Amino acid sequence: MDINQYMGMFLEESREHLQNLNSCVLELENAPDNLSVLGEIFRSAHTIKGMSATMGFTAIAELTHEMENILDMLRKSQLHANPDIIDTIFKCVDTLEQLVESVATNSENSIDCKPLIGKLKALAKGESTANTAIETKVEKMASKSSDIEFSDTELVVLKKAIAQGLQAYEITIYLREGCLLKSARSYMVMNALDEIGEVIKTIPTVDDLEKEKFDLSFQAIIVTGSDADKIQQTVLSISEIDKVVAVPCLLPETTTVQEKQQVTETKVAQVVPEDAVATTVSATVKNKGGQSVRVDIDKLDALLNLVGELVINKTRLEQIGLTHKLVDLVETMEQMDRVTTDLQSVVMKVRMVSVGQVFNRFPRMVRDLSHGLGKEINLIIQGEETELDRTVIDEIGDPLVHLLRNSIDHGIELPEERQAKGKNPIGEVRLIARYEGNNVIIMVEDDGKGINPDIIKGIAVKKGLITQLEADKMDTNEAVKLVFLPGFSTAEVITDVSGRGVGMDAVKNKIESLGGMVDVETKINEGSKFKIRLPLTLAIIQALLVNVSDEIYAIPLGSIDSTINIKSSELKTVQNKEVILLRGQIIPIVRLANVLDIPETKQEKEQDELFIVIVHLGDLRAGVIVDNLIGQQEIVIKSLGKLLAGIKVIAGATILGNGQVALILDIASLI
Amino acid sequence: MSEQTYSSSEIQLVVFKLGREEYGVSILQVQEIKRITEITRVPHTPEYIKGVINLRGSVLPVIDLKKRLNLPPQVATEDARIIIVKVKEISVGMMVDAVSEVMTINQQDIDYPDAVSGSISANYLSGVGKLDNRLLILLNLETITGIGQEATPS
Repeated sequence: MDINQYMGMFLEESREHLQNLNSCVLELENAPDNLSVLGEIFRSAHTIKGMSATMGFTAIAELTHEMENILDMLRKSQLHANPDIIDTIFKCVDTLEQLVESVATNSENSIDCKPLIGKLKALAKGESTANTAIETKVEKMASKSSDIEFSDTELVVLKKAIAQGLQAYEITIYLREGCLLKSARSYMVMNALDEIGEVIKTIPTVDDLEKEKFDLSFQAIIVTGSDADKIQQTVLSISEIDKVVAVPCLLPETTTVQEKQQVTETKVAQVVPEDAVATTVSATVKNKGGQSVRVDIDKLDALLNLVGELVINKTRLEQIGLTHKLVDLVETMEQMDRVTTDLQSVVMKVRMVSVGQVFNRFPRMVRDLSHGLGKEINLIIQGEETELDRTVIDEIGDPLVHLLRNSIDHGIELPEERQAKGKNPIGEVRLIARYEGNNVIIMVEDDGKGINPDIIKGIAVKKGLITQLEADKMDTNEAVKLVFLPGFSTAEVITDVSGRGVGMDAVKNKIESLGGMVDVETKINEGSKFKIRLPLTLAIIQALLVNVSDEIYAIPLGSIDSTINIKSSELKTVQNKEVILLRGQIIPIVRLANVLDIPETKQEKEQDELFIVIVHLGDLRAGVIVDNLIGQQEIVIKSLGKLLAGIKVIAGATILGNGQVALILDIASLI
Repeated sequence: MSEQTYSSSEIQLVVFKLGREEYGVSILQVQEIKRITEITRVPHTPEYIKGVINLRGSVLPVIDLKKRLNLPPQVATEDARIIIVKVKEISVGMMVDAVSEVMTINQQDIDYPDAVSGSISANYLSGVGKLDNRLLILLNLETITGIGQEATPS
């Protein structure tokens, strides 16, 4: 079987389920008795098991199988979710993540799951005594039939039997490994059960049991006047039976009247047992329900390209209509304009992904980090529904990890220290996303000790990043920004959490490469706030088109401050470099014609009036001299392709309304 | 790619002219042939990169083949074309003086000389095809475009 075509799907879905597992187990840690969360964990684990088994990744399947056993016991209240179990489950999830990644990278699988599997088995066994004890305490086990679905007729029989005072049991029979005549054994079991009660349903069906279409275990639902012990004895009297678990099976209708009144009619309830109903309800709320289709991002890119092309051609048609004064055409084009604008915004929306996708993994990370550091931290996430372009989402994870780690490691103090300062011993880290105009703001805030500008200055001087003189002149704000310098690390002790000195400048570079900005505000003993500003999308931007000689270039509007018009006599030189004075600020001048190697012959004579575009990158500014301003336009960014990748000064290309290619300037390289 | 396509006994070539010499590339590598359109110059690129063009919405680099092969420059005529070739999944345009025909050539009519006399570096050749009294210079597109080797320095 060619499994490669399913590989992508497998990886993606596994990752999704692992992510889900992570957040659900976290939830379980806070509410160990939450059955709906358990149900969700179980389902995710089960799906991973099924998928990996199908794909032939036995290690994953084996581990999830053992996990499932534990989860099942938790679900049936045969085990209680204590910290040990939670930790083990977390470890399982981690190992599964590694396993899945090793599948993804096709690397040699050297992960040993045996200790974990052993641990899981031990956990399961440790409770097997309690297991039988519980079975006798019927009143303790609320209900419990895993995923058994009853048909209407079966339900009627069950109801009738219960009305007569009989009890329904869900019996799981495990045959001994190596059992030869499985069908015969199952037949004997059925016979024995028939003697003490009425078998209503078997899983798999009786037909399949006879054809041996089952593994080592099968289930039966039986109504009987006997109790669980009696059933077990009866079945165990048959040879080659390993284990019998009999659990009272309560019908959804009979058990959950009070909970279910809000669940309108019992259509769902008839098929799904009680606790599962609760889960489905909460799950649909949580997962926003709705139908969705998984689409390859390349296809979306292609779609966006086509829409971009459509827009370009529309502009051309408009121009034709205007030059030839074709009223009909112009009117039609106005209609068309509306449609294409809508189409464009829809396609852009399709590419948007909520930041929740990235944020999801942080609660787990914060938990592990804070445990490791002996700190107590409350992570508050807000605005996870804020959407960003897929390309940005893919890149934003690492910088955020850096910032969060920083806050946890350097920001939040140890509980004792916090108490001494009169703060709540539990630290607070906030991760907030929100829209602001055409940008998305992501903030990482903590209420820790803040950044001390004097210490920062001291370190920067000591590391030779700035001179003492420079340090003395800096105000607080500037000093704090020193953390973004390459090679800066404030941790006195290097921990494995952060403080390798690669953090903040890497963050800054990444964010800037995404067309964004990062800023920091801090107050000593009150905390720090890192603010990331990102463009909504990278694919279509507003740009200013300019002329240099007869060539046309586009400057992203996001990096333009203003455009000014000055006399050439206002150009000054400082150390042989041209500058202008703008509102008291000295701004260096860049002559585009020189930077772009525009041939001398094309270059026009020194004009008396100069058009200057003031651009900025973070706090840096520069004035770019151009020959003419053409106007503002929405442009679709195209790559120059692999052959021309990495040309400095040029960030990409775009296609103008007349079909001509214009290059987009890379402002960062000009400043 | 280019080498493998010559392994069958007959190959089809797109024949084009640069100055007075005739050249050929395997038809399997040719995507399309276009009239010269507006080419946008790209700064800080090697001299033989003529610029970029818009090919139905995508931006494509164009190589000035004569510059690349150190042939004397010449004003483009009406016959000038851009041949769009695909090398290792990357599309590149090549400016040529004229495209003359598509012809089939037998494998045994191709010579693989160690060094062909002539003006172009042997690096860019993959062979010479002999047909009656014509000589067809077969180009090695990978070295010409610089794809699959060191990225073109900027």
